[in-house]
Amino acid sequence: MFSRGYKTAVTVPPLAWVAVFLLVPYLLMFCYSFWSVSPSTQTIVHSWNLDNYKELLQKAVYWQTLLRSMWIAARVMLFSLLLGYPLAYFLSFYAGKRKDLLYQMVIIPLWVSYLVRAYAWKTILGSDGVLNTLLQYVHLTNQPLDFLLYSPFAVVLTLTHIYTPFTILPIYAALEHIPRNLVEASHDLGATPAQTFWKIIFPLSIPGVVAGATFAFVLSLGDFLAPLLLGGPSGIMISNIVVSLFGAAYNWPLGAAISLGMLVIVVSLLLFSERLEKKWSFS
Amino acid sequence: MASTTAPANSVPSNQSKGKPALLSIRNVAKTFGRNIVLRNVSLEIAEGEFLTILGESGSGKTTLLRIIAGFETATSGELWMGAERLDRQPPYRRRVNTVFQNYALFPHLTVEENVGYGLRVSKRPESEITQRVAEALDKVKMTAHAKKKPSKISGGQQQRIALARALVNRPQLLLLDEPLSALDANLRRQMQVELKSLQREVGIAFVFVTHDQEEAMVMSDRIALLRSGELEQVATPREIYGHPATAYVAQFIGHTNLLKGEIRSRVVQCGALSWPTSLPDGPILFSLRPEHIRLTSGAALPGAVRLRGPVLHQAFHGATELIRVECADGLVLVVRTAGGASPKENVELEFSPADAIPVRESTERN
Repeated sequence: MFSRGYKTAVTVPPLAWVAVFLLVPYLLMFCYSFWSVSPSTQTIVHSWNLDNYKELLQKAVYWQTLLRSMWIAARVMLFSLLLGYPLAYFLSFYAGKRKDLLYQMVIIPLWVSYLVRAYAWKTILGSDGVLNTLLQYVHLTNQPLDFLLYSPFAVVLTLTHIYTPFTILPIYAALEHIPRNLVEASHDLGATPAQTFWKIIFPLSIPGVVAGATFAFVLSLGDFLAPLLLGGPSGIMISNIVVSLFGAAYNWPLGAAISLGMLVIVVSLLLFSERLEKKWSFS
Repeated sequence: MASTTAPANSVPSNQSKGKPALLSIRNVAKTFGRNIVLRNVSLEIAEGEFLTILGESGSGKTTLLRIIAGFETATSGELWMGAERLDRQPPYRRRVNTVFQNYALFPHLTVEENVGYGLRVSKRPESEITQRVAEALDKVKMTAHAKKKPSKISGGQQQRIALARALVNRPQLLLLDEPLSALDANLRRQMQVELKSLQREVGIAFVFVTHDQEEAMVMSDRIALLRSGELEQVATPREIYGHPATAYVAQFIGHTNLLKGEIRSRVVQCGALSWPTSLPDGPILFSLRPEHIRLTSGAALPGAVRLRGPVLHQAFHGATELIRVECADGLVLVVRTAGGASPKENVELEFSPADAIPVRESTERN
């Protein structure tokens, strides 16, 4: 249908783009992770060894931070699903004529800069922020609650706010995909609305749930702005360590090793969720 | 008798004769916005009968079925099942099951789990479920496929599973929404026969929706012909074919010739044709089936109306042929013959006046 020349012209540029800006950097990072920084000259020594990986396993701060990051990401994932599923379900099954409008309202926050939304939470949660002022005004508290800001709580809250749309969209798509006559057939066979939900609708929406959960978890796991702005010392995540290793600490090899470790975790998660999605999709 | 529960304003032919009414549909109307889909439909369905709701697309037949199943609510009117008001029950409380047009099998459940779904949600004991599912699968000859997912079996097999899934619940009434329309012609004819014999075997009343008049004729005990949301005629296949109530029915079911005429002092005048009648004076419309017109051979039958003209067109239909003959006054008649007439040939025809069935003119709607 298309000439060979045309096919080449349309496929080569994107492939070249991916190669130059994705594969080559990964390869560089891979190399860096086996190099080291000379303690005397503070320059990167291109000698191959496993020291960085040994340090990662031995020093508690790294894997503790990694575990904390995963715990934060897991909570974000859970809350995004708890918030996103009912909304997606409502949108798909009950919104009727307001469907398009409500759908847009889910999308619109994605147009607002991440930084603006993170700062907004700062003004809400701060010690003289909106929430604390309100709580004191109605005399629920008589001094500012200090666990609101600069805590893992603030990070989970902000990330949940930011990534919930990413869970809503795939769940919504999966729900829209369910033929409505299956719901009718279930009712016809005597299943109550609750039985129909748990036996038909929910199982058939699992691919969307898995995709949404993966989005929320993976995106949160790699986040460094929310912990930087709102996390405080107790809310540090693994990416913050990577940022400082590539910056002020000037230890690119160790930073590269952490990054690769995370890459392995994330890619295995993606492969796992893809298998789950395949297992639960029927057509 | 059915008439004891029938509302005063229902038409007698809508009632199920002899047998007690299982479901009675009383003055049901349905509008979607400004669009009137059903107007004042009254119909009774007897226990164990095979009733076909026949109509073109857009006639409202599927909407009527969906109202019985409970997926749509009627704008006005009532449904009664015995002494119970059916239309106030949600679909999951009605003892009515549906076979959907595209079967609507649950893709994530196996054949067996699909069939057992109704029993499982109504919390029957597991041993009973296993036994009844096995029986149902055996009845539709699908035992070998019990563990497969619906996507792994053919359309005809999915059809059987949809049937088994509905029948296993022993509903009082089974609704079938054009269940054969997705099958190819051969399988379709085979399923028509199977479905009919299955229905006789289980003795459950079937309400079968189709747009295919041949299918309706083959399978039904009674046909309810729906046109633009109103019942045109409810009768047995023989009655509806032999004595169509309106011009629309006559044309929809099989081929026919419509003859427009006038009766004056006990004589029908229909173009150049005339014959004596006992009908009252006034304008009249007759339906004359192609098989009731014969090619004359030699001596005429006594009392037959005779006419002649050239053959315009000839269509081969296997055992018979349909020819179009142009008679006097531009009257074109379709005649069923066993062959023997070729185009442009002049033929002589005759029919018996008794075969010309007076029908009502169909009024325009919408």
